[in-house]
Amino acid sequence: MSRTIKGQSGEWEIVIGMEVHAQIVSNAKLFSGAATAFGAEPNSQVSFIDAGMPGMLPVINKKCIEQAVRTGLGLKAQINLISVFDRKNYFFPDLPQGYQISQYKSPIVGEGEILLDMKDETITVGIERLHLEQDAGKSLHDQDPDNSFVDLNRSGVALMEIVSKPHMRSSEEAAAFLKKLRAIVRYLGTCDGNMDEGSMRADVNVSVCRVGGYEKFRADGSFKHLGTRCEIKNVNSMRFVQMAVEYEARRQVDILEDGGTIDQETRRYDSKANETRSMRSKEDAHDYRYFPDPDLLPLELEKDWVDAIASSLPELPDEKRARFIAQGLNPYDASVLVSERELADFYEELAQGVDAKAAANWLNNEILGRLNRDGLAITQVPVPAAANNAIIRMVADGSINGKIAKDLLDIVWTEGGDPRQVVEARGLRQVTDTGAIDAAIEKVIAANPAKVEEVKAKPKLAAWFVGQVMKETGGKANPAVVNAALKTRLNLPDEG
Amino acid sequence: MSVDKDTVRRIARLARLAVPEARLEPMADELNGIFKWVEMLGEVNVEGVPGMTSVVAQKMKLRKDEVTEGGNADALMANAPGGEEHFFTVPKVVE
Amino acid sequence: MSDLTSMTLAEARDALAAKTISSRELTGAFVAAIAAARPLNAFITETAEQALTMADASDKRRTEGNAGALEGLPLAIKDLFCTKGTRTTAGSKILGNFVPPYESTVTQNLWNAGAVMLGKTNLDEFAMGSSNETSAFGPVLNPWRAKNSNANLVPGGSSGGSSTAVAGDLCLAATGTDTGGSIRQPAAVTGTVGLKPTYGRCSRYGIVAFASSLDQAGPMTKTVRDAAILLTSMASIDPRDSTSVETPVPDYEKLMAGSIKGLRVGIPKEYRLDGMASDVAALWDKAAGWLKSQGAEIVEVSLPHTKYALPTYYIVAPAEASSNLARYDGVRFGYRAEKPHDITDLYERSRGEGFGAEVQRRILIGTYVLSAGYYDAYYSRAQKLRTLIKRDFDAAFEKCDVLLTPSTPGPAFAVGSKTSDPLEMYLQDVFTVTVNLAGLPGISVPGGLSESGLPLGLQLIGKAFDEATLLRAAAAVETAADFKAKPARWWAP
Repeated sequence: MSRTIKGQSGEWEIVIGMEVHAQIVSNAKLFSGAATAFGAEPNSQVSFIDAGMPGMLPVINKKCIEQAVRTGLGLKAQINLISVFDRKNYFFPDLPQGYQISQYKSPIVGEGEILLDMKDETITVGIERLHLEQDAGKSLHDQDPDNSFVDLNRSGVALMEIVSKPHMRSSEEAAAFLKKLRAIVRYLGTCDGNMDEGSMRADVNVSVCRVGGYEKFRADGSFKHLGTRCEIKNVNSMRFVQMAVEYEARRQVDILEDGGTIDQETRRYDSKANETRSMRSKEDAHDYRYFPDPDLLPLELEKDWVDAIASSLPELPDEKRARFIAQGLNPYDASVLVSERELADFYEELAQGVDAKAAANWLNNEILGRLNRDGLAITQVPVPAAANNAIIRMVADGSINGKIAKDLLDIVWTEGGDPRQVVEARGLRQVTDTGAIDAAIEKVIAANPAKVEEVKAKPKLAAWFVGQVMKETGGKANPAVVNAALKTRLNLPDEG
Repeated sequence: MSVDKDTVRRIARLARLAVPEARLEPMADELNGIFKWVEMLGEVNVEGVPGMTSVVAQKMKLRKDEVTEGGNADALMANAPGGEEHFFTVPKVVE
Repeated sequence: MSDLTSMTLAEARDALAAKTISSRELTGAFVAAIAAARPLNAFITETAEQALTMADASDKRRTEGNAGALEGLPLAIKDLFCTKGTRTTAGSKILGNFVPPYESTVTQNLWNAGAVMLGKTNLDEFAMGSSNETSAFGPVLNPWRAKNSNANLVPGGSSGGSSTAVAGDLCLAATGTDTGGSIRQPAAVTGTVGLKPTYGRCSRYGIVAFASSLDQAGPMTKTVRDAAILLTSMASIDPRDSTSVETPVPDYEKLMAGSIKGLRVGIPKEYRLDGMASDVAALWDKAAGWLKSQGAEIVEVSLPHTKYALPTYYIVAPAEASSNLARYDGVRFGYRAEKPHDITDLYERSRGEGFGAEVQRRILIGTYVLSAGYYDAYYSRAQKLRTLIKRDFDAAFEKCDVLLTPSTPGPAFAVGSKTSDPLEMYLQDVFTVTVNLAGLPGISVPGGLSESGLPLGLQLIGKAFDEATLLRAAAAVETAADFKAKPARWWAP
């Protein structure tokens, strides 16, 4: 996979970093007792604290702290036992207090990493930090010609801001990063990752440089080796992340090739036009005047408490993947399966007592395809894992052949039912009785004398005969037995 | 450190305070008087002295993850100027 | 005027308990006094009807045997405390007609104890000031006038309305807030008692925030005993304020009893300023003598960073205020400028028109000292100074149990006499700000009269959460001072 873009004068490298805002799964908000559920009536989930009313004060939600620590541990990151909340001051209608409570110099989580299993290699993307902060409310600009409307339901909801190091080198890696991060937080139950509901949003930083610049940066950590970066704010789907990166990298290369320079700025991705656009900012760079929030105290965590959380973590994607590989799956399949916890769980149930590879193949080839076709998620699969497991077992023990298995799946997919019962009811059992097979073979040979002659010259045509015999037996014959019998009957060499 | 009227204008914008043009210079003078006075803090050796991050020596209070507030849009909007149904209204914002 | 209004809180409590008077009678007397005292402009909102309703309910509770600690006692509330259903202004135009849908913890505690609300008292806008002259509702006049003078004097600030109400017998007691001296200084210049508890003792929930790490609610009363009684009800453990302490509230009235024999009283030498008014210095010395004669030991101590306290305060307080006041933007409540042409205009004009000059000045100072490039030199440095100032006190308290100082550099001054130079006004807090910066408790007790016949206060500073010792020492000063002077009632002939 190429990590460079071609410009007129030569190749360019892309360097990408990301800041992901992930809404924490909790009943109440970070500093108030208002509810966090998505989709409520406007301003119906707003405490006076969230609304920035006079005299109101923040008190922190213990669950949110726990979720941030869990996520940090899932990112193999350092948990800072002491962290501080700071106020980030700016004016905007969806920010009632006129400041956001965030963490600036002393975040709750420090450096960590995420592994990306790309096609040919595993890439480590460093995590710079994770901190807790309040989400802002929502403004609606298209309800009225002269006014914007503000809904504060989201104001004060707990967010984790996860900042990556600039270790991604292509749009695919950027999308993969987001996908892996999403999988990790969903595994942990700390964020639902529903980008279409806004539970996860990405700010993507993109810069380009001449080939070799990135390696120099990794060697000495100096940003002077990298190009000027632009930030694309609030990208809310993985596909858009990929497209935005591609557009932006090309945009920057074109400017640089023309002899221009890149202005460091904030941009927005327009998915309809597939382009990034500069965001109009009326004033110069924001001066947020960060200072420690005097309404709060430094957050001190007990090491024992953090350790207890660490020992309660579920098996994470990387560990599960390693286990699946040890059980016989190939790395690529293993990666696909662990990308969604539900998929991995489905697979494990599916693979109970059967060959791991067979189960993986069944899942990949039969189930995922049908789900895709019907627009369903794995959680909506009409045939439960146990039923699929039964089908695989029937193939393994020779009760049915592979083709019948697929047909069987189609039947239970649309009609439901217990696969074993369907097999019996419809007489789908594999025919292994050599007498019946021999009879079928005779029938086919008798009907096709010309082919019989051809196959003597071209043994590969035996496959045609196999097909015909299968048809003759209503698809139920054991193909291996048919093959062997045909060879004998037609006197074909073994390598037929 | 002294401020001129351009600085006052910039700070006023940062603080979203409309200061009439005629007041900028006098305000700069008033502020300079105060800033000059606080300069004396520069005399003190603060090497190795930690800032006072909390006045009370105790650990942060924690709340249980329960919904205990909100759900009363009427009370919330009661003091709002020109609220439209249950939305707060502001002049159209271009993002 | 009626004798009822000149009672102390403790006396009224006893009279109500003995059923010699009813809350209705007592409240009625104050309602009349308040109406007659409108020239003083001590109240922004008078809640006469509500007060009488509360009084009747109180009398009923008493007959049912459910009397609380402050049952039936009429109090005045500084208009910085959010009171549910009653307009709260913070002395500013920018809150418009804001009626809080919630009650502050401190005032809820008072109502739970059975007290009666007479009204919301005037104050410097957003508690920023030392003379109550920055209020959008006009200045408050001190009930005291200098000898042979008709000049209107300031009652101190920012809790000027409360101090006037107490000094003028318009209430039994009042609540105030103190960020740099706003309870102690007005108490001192009105001849009343004002106590700022240890930071974190009273909850800040529902109190309009000025400077979060300095603000503290406290009682303003006629006597030290009254302050102890009121504080016991005002204070509480509050899960809604992360900076309020978890320690239970003792009965301060009980704890203040006892002699001060053996008490070590520290006299900080840096408080003896050059050019200190001779009557202030003389009173200070006299007070040390009073305490000594009651068995205390007088010790000279040093608080070396004293002179840096005021400039430190004028960095920290405005910085926090600039952020705390960002929520006043015309969007969700309060004053909104007419016909704003865009959101920036809405903010700038609502705030430019809604905030007064002193508030704007402090917001600008605060914004500046937090801004990029200046944070380290100013705010960060000021926070370190706070640590040094606190350490000074910690060291001093190794040698003594309380500190004794003057409360203010001088008595009440004429309205309008110190408004031309902000710095001159700031200097009023020179003796009081150190206490807020260190988070310690402090109390002002009337000590005597100045040469011009105006009250002068004596300040005692205690160890953190040692209000008991502080109150005991204050009671000793009060007994010795025997301050019986009352202002002539010039406002209601």
